[in-house]
Amino acid sequence: MRRLLYIVQKEFIQILGNKAMLPLMTVLPIIQLILLSFAADNEVKNVNISITDLDHSQLSRQLIGQITASERFTLIGAPPATRLADEDLLAGTADIVLNIPPAFEQNFLKGWPVKLQLLVNAINGQAATVGAGYLNAIIRDFNQDIRLEVPPGRQFKAPQIAISAANWYNPELNYKHFMVPGILGELVIILVILLSAMNTVREREIGTIEQINVTPIRSWQFILGKMIPFVFIGMLLLTVGLTTGKLIFDVPMVGNLGVVFLYCLLNLVAVLGIGLFISNLVDTQQQAMLVAFFFVMVFILMSGLFTPIESMPEWAQMLTIPNPIAHFVAVMRKVLLKGSGLADVAWNFRITAILALVFNGLAVLSYRKVR
Amino acid sequence: MNGIEIENISKSYGATLALDALTFTVQPGERFGLLGPDGAGKSTLFKILTTLLIPDTGRASVAGWDVNKDFATIRRHIGYMPGRFSLYPDLSVAENLNFFATIFGTKVKANYELIRPIYEQIEPFSKRRAGALSGGMKQKLALCCALIHQPKVLFLDEPTTGVDAVSRDEFWVMLGELKKAGITILVSTPYMDEAARCERVALLQTGKILALDTPANVVNAFNQPLWAVRADNYYQLLLDLRQASFTERAEVFGEFIHLTTHTGTDRESIVAYAQSGGHGNIVVEPAKASIEDVFLALM
Repeated sequence: MRRLLYIVQKEFIQILGNKAMLPLMTVLPIIQLILLSFAADNEVKNVNISITDLDHSQLSRQLIGQITASERFTLIGAPPATRLADEDLLAGTADIVLNIPPAFEQNFLKGWPVKLQLLVNAINGQAATVGAGYLNAIIRDFNQDIRLEVPPGRQFKAPQIAISAANWYNPELNYKHFMVPGILGELVIILVILLSAMNTVREREIGTIEQINVTPIRSWQFILGKMIPFVFIGMLLLTVGLTTGKLIFDVPMVGNLGVVFLYCLLNLVAVLGIGLFISNLVDTQQQAMLVAFFFVMVFILMSGLFTPIESMPEWAQMLTIPNPIAHFVAVMRKVLLKGSGLADVAWNFRITAILALVFNGLAVLSYRKVR
Repeated sequence: MNGIEIENISKSYGATLALDALTFTVQPGERFGLLGPDGAGKSTLFKILTTLLIPDTGRASVAGWDVNKDFATIRRHIGYMPGRFSLYPDLSVAENLNFFATIFGTKVKANYELIRPIYEQIEPFSKRRAGALSGGMKQKLALCCALIHQPKVLFLDEPTTGVDAVSRDEFWVMLGELKKAGITILVSTPYMDEAARCERVALLQTGKILALDTPANVVNAFNQPLWAVRADNYYQLLLDLRQASFTERAEVFGEFIHLTTHTGTDRESIVAYAQSGGHGNIVVEPAKASIEDVFLALM
């Protein structure tokens, strides 16, 4: 026990003795948190639209007026021919091109089917679908409004289904409230994976492992002694991050913070296992960095942080099960935004506990004194 | 009981044979030197004896414990100073010492008497980071850390490599002190002049023992005539001597060339040979063999 405590103490002396390290480990991730949360915004604003009106009727002008009245759309041009509108799309200046055909008003009033053409620049898939969705909604509303205005004799009263939506857990659809908990979780895990992956291999590089290996120290004591300081650093970062989230973004914290911290502890143990396992397998810090980088990238991009897990192909959804970041992001969002309790995130706890056992088992087994 | 027994130990890395059926014994309390050039297998043997490497064949025991079976016990009772500085450069002198004491389940105070003569020399710098120490002081700290748990056997792998001459001398004086504590010391070195400070030495070359005896006996076994030769044009003389019919071997040895000749060659014939080559200021003297001469002869 004394041995273990002294290893922990030694690791702390080494971490804190390096004066640049502690600020680097706390301040930098917080800057990232603030920066990413402000920047990673899925709301689509400022859609550039180019409208070709070949009808020039009252009705078409009314439609254009309704579209440009929306804050989301910026009318960048009204070319007189569809060919010219296409050029706006090709040049990339327009995100969406709307073509209003000739005799639009006439056909509409006659009750004949009327078609509008929508051309969407889908380079940015998300902006395209969301922008087109907005535009469709505007046209639909316009459609309904206009029917009420046409002379009564021509009116056909089809029953309408009105949908009114309420956004639970994030009523104002504040994207930052959704992103901050996820990004914070991701940052804590990345920091800890990278630090731990560099750790034992550093001892190998500077040669201290050779001296350690001839001592009666046990593998688990060595590994555990290295893990404890990193758990502290991870928890510290989580605390600072949550405070920042509350102060700067006013992130709602509906659920019990104790559950968040408890889960963070478990998750840290799991990812430390990954980091130390990597560290034991490689020979240099450079190799460790590259391997850790590979895992971190996969973990982040497949964590559901930026793209919902539900929309991934099935095999990719399966891959998110052993992904600690995916679980952390999910638990953070559930507990903070939805107010989920321990029972609601029990599945995440269970899977993470299994991951912790597997990864740490590998870490202890791969730390071999004898080669 | 505190000795080392090595029986028929072999170890190869892929196709390279590092140790070739090595057998020898180090007596309890003995200061035993392993001499050999880089790549002779010294470090491999150290790794096997300190339980970091498993031999392919053969058996070895340290202080009576088998290196394969009783590795856990051995690790508690040996001190190991690896070839390169292996302490934590970002911990202070005192922190390093405390760390290793704790790992061995002891305290610095309990064993202070053993390391006192060495530690006193670095104590003024106890708060300094180990990485900032000079080469000689690093080595003293490493020795303290290797001794802090009162080991029965001490392994020193090239402890004086890269250390200045004064510190090297001091280091050997310290090892002499440790003899009084009854600690068996196995020390390897590429410096032939250090061999004379061991009680017995083994000359190692490509995993085989070329000679094993006291330094004096090793030198006495050299029975060929040896001459120290010098002239104005040193390098040309060396080339010329290597061509001479009486020459067995001519090697660079400081300001002289150490010339080994066939028995029966006298001083005059060497001088005459050098003169015929046009050399000036020729000096030829009988020389006393050193371990290096023996080593080169055996290689």
